[in-house]
Amino acid sequence: MAQRPNIKIECRNVSKSFVTEQYTINVLDDISLQVEENEFLVVLGPGQSGKTTLLNCMAGIIMPDAGQILLDGKTITGPGPDRGVVFQQYALFPWKTVMDNVSFGLYIKGVEKSKRNEVAQKYIDLVGLQGFERSFPHQLSGGMKQRVGLARAWANGPEVLLMDEPFGALDAQTRYAMEKETLSIWEKDKRTVVFVTNNVEEAIYLGDRVIVLSCMPGRIKSQYPIDIPKPREYTDPRFLEMRRKISDDTELSL
Amino acid sequence: MTTKEDYARGKKVKVSVTDLTKCYDELLVLDDINFDIYDGEMLCIVGPTGCGKTTFLNTLARFIPATKGEILVDGVPSNPRRHNIAFVFQEISSVPWLSVEDNIRFGLKIKKLPAEEIERRVEAMLELVGLKPFRRNFPQELSSSMEQRVVIARNFALNPDLLLMDEPYGQLDIKLRYYLEDELIRIWGELKSTVLFVTHNIEEAVYLGQRILVLSNKPAKIKEEIIVDLPRPRKFDDPEFVKIRERVTESIRWW
Repeated sequence: MAQRPNIKIECRNVSKSFVTEQYTINVLDDISLQVEENEFLVVLGPGQSGKTTLLNCMAGIIMPDAGQILLDGKTITGPGPDRGVVFQQYALFPWKTVMDNVSFGLYIKGVEKSKRNEVAQKYIDLVGLQGFERSFPHQLSGGMKQRVGLARAWANGPEVLLMDEPFGALDAQTRYAMEKETLSIWEKDKRTVVFVTNNVEEAIYLGDRVIVLSCMPGRIKSQYPIDIPKPREYTDPRFLEMRRKISDDTELSL
Repeated sequence: MTTKEDYARGKKVKVSVTDLTKCYDELLVLDDINFDIYDGEMLCIVGPTGCGKTTFLNTLARFIPATKGEILVDGVPSNPRRHNIAFVFQEISSVPWLSVEDNIRFGLKIKKLPAEEIERRVEAMLELVGLKPFRRNFPQELSSSMEQRVVIARNFALNPDLLLMDEPYGQLDIKLRYYLEDELIRIWGELKSTVLFVTHNIEEAVYLGQRILVLSNKPAKIKEEIIVDLPRPRKFDDPEFVKIRERVTESIRWW
């Protein structure tokens, strides 16, 4: 009998609205999804589809109005080191070196210095930033800063990595480089990943499965397993076919 | 395959760039760049990250002086008093204290066009970019894609000799990008403007350009010139499109 996949993180009927005096915006409406252990799940949606809100709920940064989010079957009640986040705007400490940024989570956990530097070094090497340990964020390019962001999130040993349009601020070519890099790190050090993006090409390149969100309110529109072996080629006919299918299914938000 | 000679035949040269060179102290960024831009052409420039594209545009627009070289518009040295060189930046540059229609009026007033002509152009541009219902709104009240259309309308209203665009759709989501690229092609087709579109995005260059110039790494030179004679609307999964995209990618690839 086939082994049932282990569900790592799950959303059950998650809804979220933002309310002001003048209006109520229903951002997320009854979202239910399950992510298997070590699955690379991509959530794809146009602007204003609630993708960041969904990710923030999974990170425990905000609480849903209805429904629950479960990690290994237990409801989450706030942020925690078991879920690491990579942000679009890097969110590095500008006054700390690369080494100190990457090891920060371990420092907070109370890991002693030589051990945390050892772990941080492993991930600094993994993202190709050896030699830059003592550099500060302002000395790095956008792509390099995001690599520090990746190393920092991975080094803290989270069970789930939540990535919120991490390459959105980068140019198209650096983006390709970072996608390749992310895949390569994930292959070497597998984690469960929930990756949010508005870029169809990126979604198909990275994802084992792509979930398409509709806009305002954000609901799950469709799901696409991507059966092409990795690493994938952007101009491969199967890739292009998938891209055409998913592109035609996404909405345009003006 | 259209040759360069076939492509150039019957076309008038609008802008001529000769020996364009730019140094910052000892750092040579642009190295002896020579090319022509034809009247009414949509020319795309693409190159590897960090090759000097922004320096290139800034020098063309005369925001910074070239170290050496000449830029001629209609055969005479380019001159902001005489020529209209319009620029759409990567960061949205709508004037925040002006409404949509006043943003469009802005450049026309600076150029001191007659009032009737200004109003005619403002109406035409509002119609063309579909922002008539929002004419009295302010940029902060609009989405980023709408704001970027205000900037494009403002630039096209000037009927520029040359419109320079520096990756204006970079930060927008991909479907929106396609939509705005189609809109750009539509407006360009109607107004027959001369456009130089600089981008990092190879697919965008192939989608938009009649011709693509590929820049090398620093110091930037023109590495390759590719004619894109695909019919419009172009499709990213069309085998001919893919072939051209792959050719440009191989020329630039560093990742």
